[in-house]
Amino acid sequence: MIGNLDHATLQHLWWLIVSVVGALFVFLTFVQGGQTLLLTTAHDDVEKKLIVNSLGRKWELTFTTLVLFGGALFAAFPLFYATSFGGAYWVWMLILATFVLQAVSYEFRTKPGNLLGARTYEAFMFINGSVGLLLVGAALGTFFTGASFTLDDYNRVTWLHSLRGLEAAFSLFNLSMGLFLVFLARVLGALYLCNHIRHEDLHERLRRAVVINMVIALPFLLYVLVRLVTMDGFAVDPASGQVTVESFKYLKNLLGMPVVLIMLVAGLLLVIAGVVMTGKGRSTRGIWPAGVGTVLTALSLLLTAGFHGSAFYPSAVDPASSLTIFNASSSHFTLTAMSYVALAVPFVLAYIACVWRMMDRRKFTTDDLESENAKNLY
Amino acid sequence: MEVIVLESIDWSQVNWSRGQFALTAMYHWIFVPLTLGLSFLLAFFESIYVKTGDERWKALTKFWMKLFAINFAIGVATGLILEFQFGTNWSNYSWMVGDIFGAPLAIEGIFAFFLEATFFAVMFFGWDRVSKKFHLFSTWMVAIGANLSALWILVANGWMQNPVGMVFNPDTARFEMENFWAVLGSPSALSRFTHATSSGFVLAALFVVAVSCWFLLRDRHKLLAKRSIVVACVFGFISSVYLAGSGDESGHIVAQAQPMKLAAIEGLYDGEVGSGLNVFGILRGDKQLDDDQSPHYFALEIPYALSFLANRDINSFVPGLRDLVRGNEEHGIISVEQKMQNGRQAVSALAAYKAARKNGDEGAAQTALRDFRAHEQHLGYGYLTHPEQAVPPVALNFYSFRIMVALGFFFPLLFAVLFYYTLKSRLAHTPWLLWLGVFSLFLGYLASQTGWIVAEVGRQPWAIQGMLPVGVATSNLTTGAVQTTFWMFAVLFTILLIAEIRIMTRQISLGPEEE
Repeated sequence: MIGNLDHATLQHLWWLIVSVVGALFVFLTFVQGGQTLLLTTAHDDVEKKLIVNSLGRKWELTFTTLVLFGGALFAAFPLFYATSFGGAYWVWMLILATFVLQAVSYEFRTKPGNLLGARTYEAFMFINGSVGLLLVGAALGTFFTGASFTLDDYNRVTWLHSLRGLEAAFSLFNLSMGLFLVFLARVLGALYLCNHIRHEDLHERLRRAVVINMVIALPFLLYVLVRLVTMDGFAVDPASGQVTVESFKYLKNLLGMPVVLIMLVAGLLLVIAGVVMTGKGRSTRGIWPAGVGTVLTALSLLLTAGFHGSAFYPSAVDPASSLTIFNASSSHFTLTAMSYVALAVPFVLAYIACVWRMMDRRKFTTDDLESENAKNLY
Repeated sequence: MEVIVLESIDWSQVNWSRGQFALTAMYHWIFVPLTLGLSFLLAFFESIYVKTGDERWKALTKFWMKLFAINFAIGVATGLILEFQFGTNWSNYSWMVGDIFGAPLAIEGIFAFFLEATFFAVMFFGWDRVSKKFHLFSTWMVAIGANLSALWILVANGWMQNPVGMVFNPDTARFEMENFWAVLGSPSALSRFTHATSSGFVLAALFVVAVSCWFLLRDRHKLLAKRSIVVACVFGFISSVYLAGSGDESGHIVAQAQPMKLAAIEGLYDGEVGSGLNVFGILRGDKQLDDDQSPHYFALEIPYALSFLANRDINSFVPGLRDLVRGNEEHGIISVEQKMQNGRQAVSALAAYKAARKNGDEGAAQTALRDFRAHEQHLGYGYLTHPEQAVPPVALNFYSFRIMVALGFFFPLLFAVLFYYTLKSRLAHTPWLLWLGVFSLFLGYLASQTGWIVAEVGRQPWAIQGMLPVGVATSNLTTGAVQTTFWMFAVLFTILLIAEIRIMTRQISLGPEEE
């Protein structure tokens, strides 16, 4: 069955798979958002401990999804992996460094002898949730705005900006994308914590944080959406592989792919529904509609970037160097083999969901901080 | 790629990128072996707890689990850099072989990392949230997940040492996968997997032994220490015997796929029939490839053993560095000079092919392609500038290998003696042995680091053996940029390592929660 699919179909399939992983990552950044809430929302050490331990049960999922996102891109679109990571060197190195800081922070923060002190590890978590996510957002923005690189006949990349990727953060569109991601993550973080922890005072503040951060995120979102439907885009002719600049390209993509447009609208509505449910109402389940909404929104943006004859990683200086799902992909053989492997993904998702339910059946409370297993806590 | 590339390679940048890769790989490999082995030991300990219902086994499991978690976090942190570094610092490599190399990394994420990450949370925080049996199941899943991660990355590494299952596509100018099972099932990949994971088991056993010996020396937590030592010694002994066997198999495979590496490891310059294996020796510092002086000041050899290791035949010929570089007609070995000529021919034929395709001249393209196919076997050699470049650093490989092997023989002995003394209840009264147990942990780290030096430095100058030298594999970066990130990670990892060691030692001195 998979073996009979043609190359173009597999290339579309793999852009879809990579986009789903990327969209799941965006949802899972509730961990990063929650980390930044430590500073503003937790008032004492008990509340901090609740938040850190609540997030601490999930941080590795986010981290692993990021790693899988990288791995899937490597396997399916190696030219993107080579061009973007090797070209936009600084932006990726800084993003990675913030995730390195995060990875040790949960485990080390309150352990005796941790060298740097709890505050430093909390600062690491904050940097990961703010600077780290901002740069991730800016890097995602370049899927639409393009970056300044050229490729030679042998696909070796030359980056034309001395900031090696960091320049992305100075474009208003990319910056808005980054800031939207940061504040969306804070919304999701507050929604997740509301759902996971039972603690009256903290709930009050978390609900407020949900609304405030959503209000801050909105202007950035609006700017991104308005620019997206008005900006020039990079169109590729699948037959010749020629890339040209086309006005209203992404608007045309959305109109040309009604399913994606519906996903985008539904996604945004679901996020708002989640915010209203928990931020304004008494429900603690707002994370679920908001989470599904986030996945749909991110997925629709990534599909807009890569499908419907678009270059998903355009070169702003040399359109011919732009990456498309056609010229950046692995061979037919590899994509086929990987598609068989991808059949395992639903099973992986199933056991993750199963374990998640099992572990979260009971809310996390201050009692957990004093139980016989308290010594295992972060 | 054009021949012109040769002159434009910025070697200082390449070497800093290599340095950065070595730095992150070696840091990563401080933490990973412990994860590989300790996860299984945790599963054993907890299985005994579930079987016996003895709460003291639970306390013991939880004690080691805490140390596992501290080590695990920093292993994850260093691993992230390692994965993305293929793209950031070796982008040409990533494009040229991503079609093959990317797949194992993606599979690793799907099959192994999620298993590890998901069940780690249950193992660590689920004691009072899931049933006893499900908890035990989760602990086993973490162990399996951790070791599966090792499988896929070592498949990728094995492929770099012995590239199989692929074909060069002149239109995309890269290697593409042709046979997935050949990549997965290559002997290099499998021997690397068994050798590396069993070395992790040995290291974890040494870790448990060292901490337990320390407790006995301090006269604390004696029951925990003795129980831990017994399980660790059995696991360590079996693993170290297996490790030695897989090491022998690795040597055999290296001899077949990477004869230059084997010759460097042995300091063998002139090949011989019925070659002896060098047990120990001191290399002569001024030995040149073509001079006739002995490579060693002195050498202790086991007669015929190298021939047997290499070809499973005591009378076979094992080529030396000089044979491999200068060629040896009698044994059918082509010189590097000749391979370089073939390689250059392949490189220029490829350029001609691409130019002809661009101009729409199909006839010329086909001629160039035939020319390319005739010489592509030595494609990578076309990028070398002089034949001596094909020789990996001899001294580093020679000594690293000897340290690794000597320690590999010492460890099973240590486990056996410790086990015997524990059974006879004499261990607690034998301080020299307890100190040896503590000290051996450092030897374990030394052996596992030298092992990776042999594997990776021995592969030089190749990123992909015979196909792609490191100088061509790298990204287009300035030396300054790579130097900056090198020092950034060197400082960061060192600080985190110091923090980790301090936290570990504090947790060890705090001991288990309840007794």
